[in-house]
Amino acid sequence: MSNFWNIWVWVLSLGTLVGCFLLLRYCLTNFAGVPEGEPTGHVFDGIEELNNPLPQWWSTFFLLTIVWAFLYIAAYGLGNWTGFIGWKSSNQGILNLAESKAQVLAAKENGYLVQYDREIAAADAKYGPIFDAYAARSIEDLSTDEEALKVGQRLFLHNCSQCHGSNASGSTGFPDLTDNDWLYGGDAETIKQSILHGRKANGMMAWGAALGGDQGVQDVAAYVLSLSGREVDATSAAAGKDKFVMCAACHGADGKGSAAMGIPLGAPNLTDDIWLYGPSVRAVESSINNGRAGVMPAWKDILGEQKVHVISAYVYSLSQK
Amino acid sequence: MKNKHEKFEKNVGLFAIFTLLAISIGGLVEITPLFFQKATNTPVDSLRPYTALEMEGRDIYIREGCNVCHSQMIRPFRAETERYGHYSVAGEGVWEHPFLWGSKRTGPDLARVGGRYSDDWHRAHLLDPRSVVPESNMPSFKWLAENKLDGELTEKKLATFNFLTRNRSHKDEQGNRIPLYSAEDLAGAKAAVKDKTEMEALIAYLQSLGHALK
Repeated sequence: MSNFWNIWVWVLSLGTLVGCFLLLRYCLTNFAGVPEGEPTGHVFDGIEELNNPLPQWWSTFFLLTIVWAFLYIAAYGLGNWTGFIGWKSSNQGILNLAESKAQVLAAKENGYLVQYDREIAAADAKYGPIFDAYAARSIEDLSTDEEALKVGQRLFLHNCSQCHGSNASGSTGFPDLTDNDWLYGGDAETIKQSILHGRKANGMMAWGAALGGDQGVQDVAAYVLSLSGREVDATSAAAGKDKFVMCAACHGADGKGSAAMGIPLGAPNLTDDIWLYGPSVRAVESSINNGRAGVMPAWKDILGEQKVHVISAYVYSLSQK
Repeated sequence: MKNKHEKFEKNVGLFAIFTLLAISIGGLVEITPLFFQKATNTPVDSLRPYTALEMEGRDIYIREGCNVCHSQMIRPFRAETERYGHYSVAGEGVWEHPFLWGSKRTGPDLARVGGRYSDDWHRAHLLDPRSVVPESNMPSFKWLAENKLDGELTEKKLATFNFLTRNRSHKDEQGNRIPLYSAEDLAGAKAAVKDKTEMEALIAYLQSLGHALK
């Protein structure tokens, strides 16, 4: 704070306190010209006004609030002065995270004058060792640890359930994590990578035009549905089969998806009866016609690797039952 | 001695003036100095202006009253930072006119909601919140998907923000202020938003929130 504003704050604050004290003293003066408790001579409708001073308890408390204000200022400071306690809620005025971290480190040396840093340090001391211990174990190992799974489930509910559902069974457009169908692979390490870095949609393209309009889309949809044993129009499916070569690059010639081929494209297996965007003919046609672009956000910067590790164990455990 | 206090008690105008003086002291001490502080006027290093589409989305956010139920202010408590991320700092909001910090949280804080959910999720959630969060009490905003932007005012909006932030934008190497939007940005503003739906604009705005502090 510049000198001007520092003085501004000091003068106005202390001026107000002194002003309040003077006002109180002034109001305690007897102006009526008669002793306290005596009638002032002012009578209205048979009711007469006595010269009563401000109640003793009230003026005492008023005075105490003024004393309290001075004590408060001494403790917490005023303007640029940080007071005798030197308390601060948080580091404001930072311009990037590096500055934030540097200030926290500096605070460690100065004995934690910042309330928020103290809170975090206390939490780290309590929870840090627990997460450290979890981080040292493999995800497969953690997925059999009841305690770790509870922690993982709690984190999942807070951060993942909005899309994947509170029982992790997903919904239209958001994958079910409890089955054994994985877009990018369901081994422990792949799950962790998916959560850490997210999955950007490689993008199911809009194929409508390339397939020659509605008829082409319907044919391919019929063929795709036939892969999981659905009853479809045979001629349409046969025509669709010829066009499916365009789809094979991502979904595989047999339609078993990119994960089965070991490629991280996120193209679903089309031969099972699991449909991310719904099992109806219309939904499948819409996917083919307009494309799809599902995105899994990256959680590394938001949650940190240790928490993702525990969440991975929880998610991994869901499909191991 | 006569009680001078009578002068105030019997003169409404005078009494009003002194009342105003008395109640303004708190604001004068606690608020006015903030208008002139470096910490409240310096943008954080990675702060970038809203794109034309995000700016339109922000206006829809205001129009629909999102700020009535959603704050954009993460307080420095562990309980908040664990859920929402790093607490909000002044430098993130220096280009906000008006600021949308809010003061009520019927729904969660949105200060760092950008990137936490996919665009698809936001679309599903805005159309029918209960389709993704069954216990949600948020209203649905179906009409956003139908209304299209015409972009008539977009250029003016950006130009207005150039004006409002003229003393608080980033500086180049010579120490000159860089306006938020270049002449090119202004010229392309209409084309950038025209025929986009309000839904797209709002989602673009939501996805832009909270990335400035890195």
